[in-house]
Amino acid sequence: MKTSTARAIQCSAALTAAGLLLTACGSSGGSGSGQSEPAAAASFKGRGPITYVAGKDTTGTVQTIIGRWNKAHPKEKVTFIQLPTDADSQRQQMIQNAETKSDAYTVLATDVVWTSEFAAHQWIEPLPANRFPLGKMLQPVVETAKYRGKLYAVPASSNGGLLFYRTDLLKKAGVTRPPTTWAQMTAACAKVRKLPEAKDMSCYAGQFQKYEGLTVNFAEAVNSAGGQIVDADGKPDVDTPQAKKGLDFLVDAFKDRTIPKEAITYQEEDGRQAFQAGKLIFLNNWPYVYSLAQKSAIQGKFAVAPLPGLNGPGASSLGGSNLALSSFAKNKATALDFMKFFTSEESATYFLKNASLAPPYADLYDNAALDKQYPYLPDLKQSITKAVPRPRVVQYGDVTAAIQNEVYAALTGKKSSAQALKDLQGDLQKLTAQ
Amino acid sequence: MADTAIPPDTAPHAPGTAARRRPGRLPAPERPRRRAPSRATAGTGRLAALLVSPTLLVLTVVVLYPTLMALDESLYGPKGLDPKTGFISDTEPFVGLKNYTDIFTQAGDRFWNAFWNTTFFTVVTVSLETLIGVAMAIVMHRAFRGRSVVRAGILVPWAIPTAISGLLWKWIFNANGIANVVLGHQVLWTADGFSAKIAVVIADVWKTAPFIGLLVLAGLQVIPKEVYEAARLDGASALQQFWRITLPLVKPALMVAVLFRCLDALRMFDLPYILIGAQKGSVETLSMLAQNEASNVRFGPASAYAVLLFLYVFLIALAFVRLLGADLIGGAGGTKKRKSRAVRTPRRRVREVTA
Repeated sequence: MKTSTARAIQCSAALTAAGLLLTACGSSGGSGSGQSEPAAAASFKGRGPITYVAGKDTTGTVQTIIGRWNKAHPKEKVTFIQLPTDADSQRQQMIQNAETKSDAYTVLATDVVWTSEFAAHQWIEPLPANRFPLGKMLQPVVETAKYRGKLYAVPASSNGGLLFYRTDLLKKAGVTRPPTTWAQMTAACAKVRKLPEAKDMSCYAGQFQKYEGLTVNFAEAVNSAGGQIVDADGKPDVDTPQAKKGLDFLVDAFKDRTIPKEAITYQEEDGRQAFQAGKLIFLNNWPYVYSLAQKSAIQGKFAVAPLPGLNGPGASSLGGSNLALSSFAKNKATALDFMKFFTSEESATYFLKNASLAPPYADLYDNAALDKQYPYLPDLKQSITKAVPRPRVVQYGDVTAAIQNEVYAALTGKKSSAQALKDLQGDLQKLTAQ
Repeated sequence: MADTAIPPDTAPHAPGTAARRRPGRLPAPERPRRRAPSRATAGTGRLAALLVSPTLLVLTVVVLYPTLMALDESLYGPKGLDPKTGFISDTEPFVGLKNYTDIFTQAGDRFWNAFWNTTFFTVVTVSLETLIGVAMAIVMHRAFRGRSVVRAGILVPWAIPTAISGLLWKWIFNANGIANVVLGHQVLWTADGFSAKIAVVIADVWKTAPFIGLLVLAGLQVIPKEVYEAARLDGASALQQFWRITLPLVKPALMVAVLFRCLDALRMFDLPYILIGAQKGSVETLSMLAQNEASNVRFGPASAYAVLLFLYVFLIALAFVRLLGADLIGGAGGTKKRKSRAVRTPRRRVREVTA
């Protein structure tokens, strides 16, 4: 029962028995083989076929890039294993693979917030930083790939929040520049709302449903007001006046209807639809909205800007994905080469052109041809350069749940923002003390 | 007497044998040392064992073994983080019953919230489904033009997978969805609060009331027409016929349906998970809690919650069978459950009287 197959059987059988997911999949016995791994990390041995594991490829671009690799390396072919679209299921399958110490997965496409957890469990290998062109990448993006100062993943794509705004309405109301502070934004709204066609519009929205998007938006508000959720050493530091100013912006905006009441149920898509339907003047969302909104009723009537903040431009949270190497995989030498190939500037350009994935490379944002295809790139570069990664903690799942709980309570008026932050600080201290 | 010499070991399990022995009061002296002959005949007994063994084997592998493993796993705590190396330790610490006793401390708030949510959903949805399901069955049972269309229409929700119906209702309950347009008032259904509970109840009743309707319809169809004719001759009103004839006669089928729904509702997971989302206090059920713990790599507490849920479901099923006399053996043909062992003969009386 110490073998991987037995545990796999336990897992699948437990599913059937209790009708529950994953009741008995832990390793209670503890088979001590993982400890010797870090010492041997420097040597990546073995060449041969490997697998690349990522969420469903809706654009077909991943397969093309893998095809290119396979053509050049017929003896070290990469097989693409597609996981479900939603990030939680991807994470769960990767964890299952690691818990059973299976060698089925080689290179993993991980979300930026998983790095610490995967690294602390030693599910992924520390990587030699000198093998990758990290210096050419945007620094906040590289930070997401590190755990305790060591590189555990390579950035493959990035993402940052943008402020979408209605150029037509702002112009009509006499606002010439997009706002850089929250106060400017609400002032612009007040002017726009005096227009007859905009009197029923709401000012601003982001993602405030109780899910990961709320953590992203809260982190942006706190960072944009000069606060932080955890400090550089990973210690919680959210019960501060700056953080309160950030949270208060959201809480007050909900109270005075700057943010519409229904935005408490908004995820990315709800906000996009409201913006496209002409219900919002400002929207905080990912760049993907751009091309979709160009095909909607507000085509040509909007533009993007970096997120506003308390006293100047704000700080976005970071999205995107990294490549990590499973500790239990075979043919690690091949894997390392493939990771280098997949995250190269050439591949990143291809992904940007064909799948509109924001690249980790700084100079791609200044490329005139690409900027023509994606007019938001200069703003996105600013957004990512100033971005602050979400808390990089081992128990990220619990930390984000605690943030969502407290912030949601504050936004819905169940708690004062001061109380919510105090409770959050307590929760986070408990979670990071483990 | 010789009776004392031989322990009556097999008597309660094999009533047939007991009956055979009793008249002579003879302690079967032919083969005193062997048990086999006490089971009907040796040949059929062996054949029965042989025929049942594959099932037992499968049950052992897919039910008994994982249950025991879950029990074992629930005695271990989450792996600790070594602050020096920054790595999670390889082994889970043995914590005994701590995962269970923790539900009585502050950490148990979430468990009890999930427990009461589960109970609330079970009681409310099953009650509503029973009322609506019986009404549906009566409608489906009537002979009228277009009956097949109505039958098919009623059964459509049951045919839709729960995950899909969760998505459908998510759109309906969107802030700008149909539900709010029809109501003419904006209710934020998917926000975490009481409205989310209502949304789940509505979606669940919509989906599973047809299940009860279907089983009750099967029960209705075996009631002989003569009983109603006799009642009409005796001058019984429609309401009296329903209370005195239909309901008692359909009760075995109804009880099976209600029990199944209860067991199903107690382990509700997919509907609230998709319709409202994970980690929403207002709709988090025990299954969702266990899944959430497991997904945060805390298999010990997750197993403990799963075991507690298992016990809860087991107790409810047992109570149902004992108190309400759900006739699982004879009632709706073919629908047998593992727990039916608990049903003993006295319950039969009801059926014999009514039939």
